[in-house]
Amino acid sequence: MSLAAQTAPETEAADDIIQISGVNKWFGQFHVLRDIDLNVARGERIVICGPSGSGKSTLIRCINRLEEFQEGRIVVDGIELTHNVKNIEAIRREVGMVFQQFNLFPHLTVLENLTLAPIWVRRQPKAEAERMARFYLERVRIPEQADKYPGQLSGGQQQRVAIARSLCMSPKVMLFDEPTSALDPEMVKEVLDTMIGLAQDGMTMLVVTHEMGFAKSVADRVLFMDRGEIVEQNTPDRFFTDPKSDRTKLFLSQILHH
Amino acid sequence: MTAETRDDPRPSPDFAARVAGSLAWVRNNLFNTWYNALFTLIIAWFFLNVLPPLFDWMVTNSVWQTDDPRVCRDAAGACWAFIHEKYRFILFGTYPYDEQWRPLLMVMITIALLAASCDKRTWRFIVPMWVAGLTVSGVLLWGGVFGLTYVENLRWGGLPITLLLSVVGLAVAFPIAVLLALGRRSDLPVVRAICICYIEMIRGVPLITLLFMSSVMLPLFLPTGVTIDKLLRAQIAMIMFAAAYLAEVIRGGLQSLPRGQYEAADSLGLGYWRKMRLIILPQALAVVIPPIVNTFIAFFKDTSLVLIIGIFDIMTATKSALTDPHWRGFFREAYLFTGVIYFCFCFFMSKYSQWLEKEFSKGRRH
Repeated sequence: MSLAAQTAPETEAADDIIQISGVNKWFGQFHVLRDIDLNVARGERIVICGPSGSGKSTLIRCINRLEEFQEGRIVVDGIELTHNVKNIEAIRREVGMVFQQFNLFPHLTVLENLTLAPIWVRRQPKAEAERMARFYLERVRIPEQADKYPGQLSGGQQQRVAIARSLCMSPKVMLFDEPTSALDPEMVKEVLDTMIGLAQDGMTMLVVTHEMGFAKSVADRVLFMDRGEIVEQNTPDRFFTDPKSDRTKLFLSQILHH
Repeated sequence: MTAETRDDPRPSPDFAARVAGSLAWVRNNLFNTWYNALFTLIIAWFFLNVLPPLFDWMVTNSVWQTDDPRVCRDAAGACWAFIHEKYRFILFGTYPYDEQWRPLLMVMITIALLAASCDKRTWRFIVPMWVAGLTVSGVLLWGGVFGLTYVENLRWGGLPITLLLSVVGLAVAFPIAVLLALGRRSDLPVVRAICICYIEMIRGVPLITLLFMSSVMLPLFLPTGVTIDKLLRAQIAMIMFAAAYLAEVIRGGLQSLPRGQYEAADSLGLGYWRKMRLIILPQALAVVIPPIVNTFIAFFKDTSLVLIIGIFDIMTATKSALTDPHWRGFFREAYLFTGVIYFCFCFFMSKYSQWLEKEFSKGRRH
């Protein structure tokens, strides 16, 4: 971990893969995101935590335009997010997303779930797409489930398939929206292990999660959000041992000692 | 009979057990409470009073073959001879008598296509298959080529008209309905407004009105010299009607999908049309198979309303067959015959829908 990343993460803006500046978003009267500035370097792993309703999911959903924002600017890999459908689709091709509820396609087999986007969006030949799908299934350690339907798998297996589905598009960034929150406790580890493996391979990741163990072991930076603001950000070491704001301290005390 | 001898101990307890078993079943299912017992008795009384006379009328006292209507009138039972006399008119209307093998072949082709659609292996080419089948059917009915004499469509009638109106109607209405349903949920306000207007206007009007409009009003608006065939006009009216109803059914399916499915498709960069075609519609349509088939069945029977604008479908043909002065008054037989034909097609659709439902839920649990 470089010293620069620890002290001044926002300064080296030019080559950052995600550049978020001055983003504001309202749901009706409710101000969900307030003046968000965030730059993400290539290969950086960021964990975003905070109480529910703090806007952390909304923030990462803005990055692939599942949510619109009213003010500010988001640039992903040199492409600015605008109302232009072409731009939005170009960004979505490069940004993978893993959802809390997995959102696998229940009418397709696991293999078809994985090959669908590569075939239709990337125009890959079917054989090539299937080869890649099997490679990633191997990597998330469920190669034997390729011909089953998602409904026949456990929650943990479904989430690993969902991760593999995103990886098949060879994304440059992966967004994780509370990937383990809907899982039974005994399945959390298998999904986290997959994500740790991914982090070790150098994938750029933004992870919204309450798994502080994961944050400690792989994150380059931990962000704490509350009421639509980024209250505090730091390396995991500093963040957990020396939180600056009272809100962070309160949050940490609530989730670490229950 | 050797069953109940004392040398053979097996059948006796077996038989007793079976009798006891049936009695227990009757007691548990038909007489388990006082009101169930009452219902059982009422239903039994009803059947005893209705079934024997019905059987007498349909079979015992019926006349199956005679050229003389007076024989029929003297008989106490059904006059199936009337059907024997008139079935070709009921089935094929005023189509030239010697050429009626052509509509017969057309009906058989349609039934063969329906049967073929029950096999999953044909789904790959289901669209070309039906287009080819309907083209051949059209050529058969119209003629004018391959040495077939030309028969103008005013002379078509009976079952081919009913099948043509419903099959072509549903085949064309279905894709329109999908577009309307998608349009009604579109983010584009103009598209949404157009779709809502169309659906609400068509659904707010009885089919009869639409048929009258198409047959009486529409020609008034067309410039002089331009005429659209009457059958085609009725067909268009029926398509418009079916599309509006199907659109609402399909919209229900679209709404039943969790938002996550849309978001997952979006996040993969599929784009609107691929998202709809590959992810959303296959699931949404599978959910609404029962109401879709319900609409199909209703539509199939609604084709009989073309009667009022003088198109000769099977219902109109049946009514006309009854106007023959020699054979007046055998309406029970005539409507029973036509009813059975309608029932066969509707029952087929209903069975087909059950099979489709099973087929689409295979291997999937949520």
